[in-house]
Amino acid sequence: MPSRLSVVDSERCVGCQLCMFACARRFGDGGLERSAILIRSIGGVERGFTVVVCRACRDPPCAAVCPEDALRVRRGGGVLLDPNRCTGCGHCRDACIIGAVFWDERANKPNICVHCGYCVNFCPHGVLALEEVAA
Amino acid sequence: MPHDPLSRVLYIDLTRKKYWVEDRADLFEKYLGGTGVAVKLLEEELPRGADPLGPDNVIVFAVGPLTALYPLASKTVAVFKSPLTGNLGESHAGGRSAAAIRLAGLGAVVIKGVSEHPVYVSIHGGKVYFRNARTLWGIRSSYTVGRIIREAEPGAGLRTIMRIGRAGENLVRYATVITETYRHFGRLGLGAVFGSKRLKALVVMGKQTIPVAQKSLYRQVYQEIYDAATRSDLMKKYHDIGTPVNVAPLNALGALPTRNLSQARFEEADKISGEAMAAKHLARRTACSHCPVACIHVAALREPYADEPYFYKTSFVSYDYEPIYALGTMLGIGDTEGLLKLIDVVEAAGLDAMSTGVALAWATEALERGIISENETIVKLRWGDSDAYVDAVEKIVSQPNEFYRVLAQGVLHAAEKYGGKEFALVFGGNEMPGYHTGPAAHIGYLIGARHSHLDNAGYSLDQKVYKTQGKPLEPEETVERLMAEEAWRQVLSSLVVCFFARGIYRPETVTKALKPLGIELGDKELEELGWRIYREKYRLKLREGFDPAGLEPPPRIFETPTPYGRLSPEYIRRALNHFARRIADLASSE
Ligand code: SF4
Ligand code: SF4
Ligand code: SF4
Repeated sequence: MPSRLSVVDSERCVGCQLCMFACARRFGDGGLERSAILIRSIGGVERGFTVVVCRACRDPPCAAVCPEDALRVRRGGGVLLDPNRCTGCGHCRDACIIGAVFWDERANKPNICVHCGYCVNFCPHGVLALEEVAA
Repeated sequence: MPHDPLSRVLYIDLTRKKYWVEDRADLFEKYLGGTGVAVKLLEEELPRGADPLGPDNVIVFAVGPLTALYPLASKTVAVFKSPLTGNLGESHAGGRSAAAIRLAGLGAVVIKGVSEHPVYVSIHGGKVYFRNARTLWGIRSSYTVGRIIREAEPGAGLRTIMRIGRAGENLVRYATVITETYRHFGRLGLGAVFGSKRLKALVVMGKQTIPVAQKSLYRQVYQEIYDAATRSDLMKKYHDIGTPVNVAPLNALGALPTRNLSQARFEEADKISGEAMAAKHLARRTACSHCPVACIHVAALREPYADEPYFYKTSFVSYDYEPIYALGTMLGIGDTEGLLKLIDVVEAAGLDAMSTGVALAWATEALERGIISENETIVKLRWGDSDAYVDAVEKIVSQPNEFYRVLAQGVLHAAEKYGGKEFALVFGGNEMPGYHTGPAAHIGYLIGARHSHLDNAGYSLDQKVYKTQGKPLEPEETVERLMAEEAWRQVLSSLVVCFFARGIYRPETVTKALKPLGIELGDKELEELGWRIYREKYRLKLREGFDPAGLEPPPRIFETPTPYGRLSPEYIRRALNHFARRIADLASSE
């Protein structure tokens, strides 16, 4: 069965951003340029945090607007990027109303969560989980 | 380190509104980063004898090779000349500051000069923007300042917003710089230095990739450190109850300074202990960027409005051991609501909680003894009366009379002018931290390079020695142990890792963590590096007039017994003499 990254309970999130660093570390380097998840405060740390990450749409608006067919719909929802087709036009970024299409400035291409679950192993507070979904 | 941008130093001149970047691989190779590099940059830029509140003072922020790469490498080091002590000032803070600076492609930021009107400076996309901050100047609460800048600037989640409150604007010499609402460059008056430069805030945003030389080794070492931080007991104490877990044991030990250290036990300690706070108020935990521990404990404080029924305000107030000590036990406040309210106004004003609490404690005793009167204090200060202290905090900020103008310069100035030096709890110009654990704590405050309890952790040495042998080490031995600890902490704060993670970042782990980055440093080299940085700090301190022979402990510490009983002035004297000799040798060594 395919799976998707799910946000179990963002109220438990402490804003440590370990998930963001983990996502970028998939490629073996440090920093956050290639991270596909963002943790930010809800109007200041005093109000808690929100987790911004692809929610695996079944009929993804980001893919629908891609003029190059560079975003393929993934089994289980969400999309997979074909970097060779992508021209960096940025339409997908505008189409995702939750802001889950991040931008790799250096490559000039979108960063979108592929629902691999790597970050889940580094969330110390049980905010994130990989859940099985129907194909 | 191929392509690691760490050695890039950003210089900002507030007078000319100019900025430039220099590659300082020379310094980063020799001093690693963090405090090591920051001190050298300060030494280069700071004219000898500069006025801490004049245009010549310099602020340096620095991060290190581990920043944004490993868990708990979460802190930024700030160095500057302190307006409180008149000598080297150093303060560390987390929040998102360290990751943001490092991922903006910088290793350090040097801020010089003075702006002719209020500004805030915003760094993103390789550019520096000087923004007009006239609108922000004088805003009542530092929380509001944060809120406005948050909306005006890009990069939510990837930035730090360091800002001052009115205390910094009004040059209170123990004003703080606040970052991410609950973290502080707290001690020694960096906020006043910001204020003197008319710098309201510094925003840094960054997310760039930091290339790593050995990628799979990096991921492997990361995993080991992550496991140590999350699975072992090493961090448990900060994790569960947070730093206030110390209130109850220190009270039981008789080491908890109370009512201006006229006592070392507080009869209401159990009402404001970490456990009590958690049970009654704990509402949320938060963390600095890249920290799995989340030691920041935030309380919810619900207060009714007096003028309208069914109208409440709920504030979120972060609490730690030190504010509970300084604004709680030192002032005899034993109710959590009153204490949280006081912490909240101190935060909103942008004051250092520790110095503020000690200043108010001194003022209360001085009033009690009739050295000063209500003509001076305006407010009737009384132990335990949190409302009176809330009023007095506002007066420290607004300084309506001569007394508060002097108190805003620190307890030392106040006691010099009004008397009461016997009970002025000041060490080298800085107000006392919350540990009356024995001789090592007090010697530690006096000889620490930045006068912080975290310089050399004397409180911890005291407790260890007390448990094992029940009587102090020889004074010379105490000094040696404190100096060795401080030398090692120079390494930790050059990497830069949070001191709470010192149990994880032992020398062998540091060596391991540096290796994938292409930096090979063994035990011996790390130790040498620590001593080298220690020496450089003291050279700069001596240059700026530090006199080890002139160190004087406050008489009050000898009156109130510690767990070891009464401290002996002779013991402290011997320790300080030994320290003076050691520093003279070290400073002249190669
Ligand atoms: S990136 Fe946004 S639009 Fe595209 S699948 Fe994910 S959530 Fe849906
Ligand atoms: S599931 Fe994978 S791609 Fe998605 S945010 Fe986590 S680590 Fe990144
Ligand atoms: S790792 Fe977990 S707790 Fe930390 S920021 Fe991410 S979701 Fe929040």
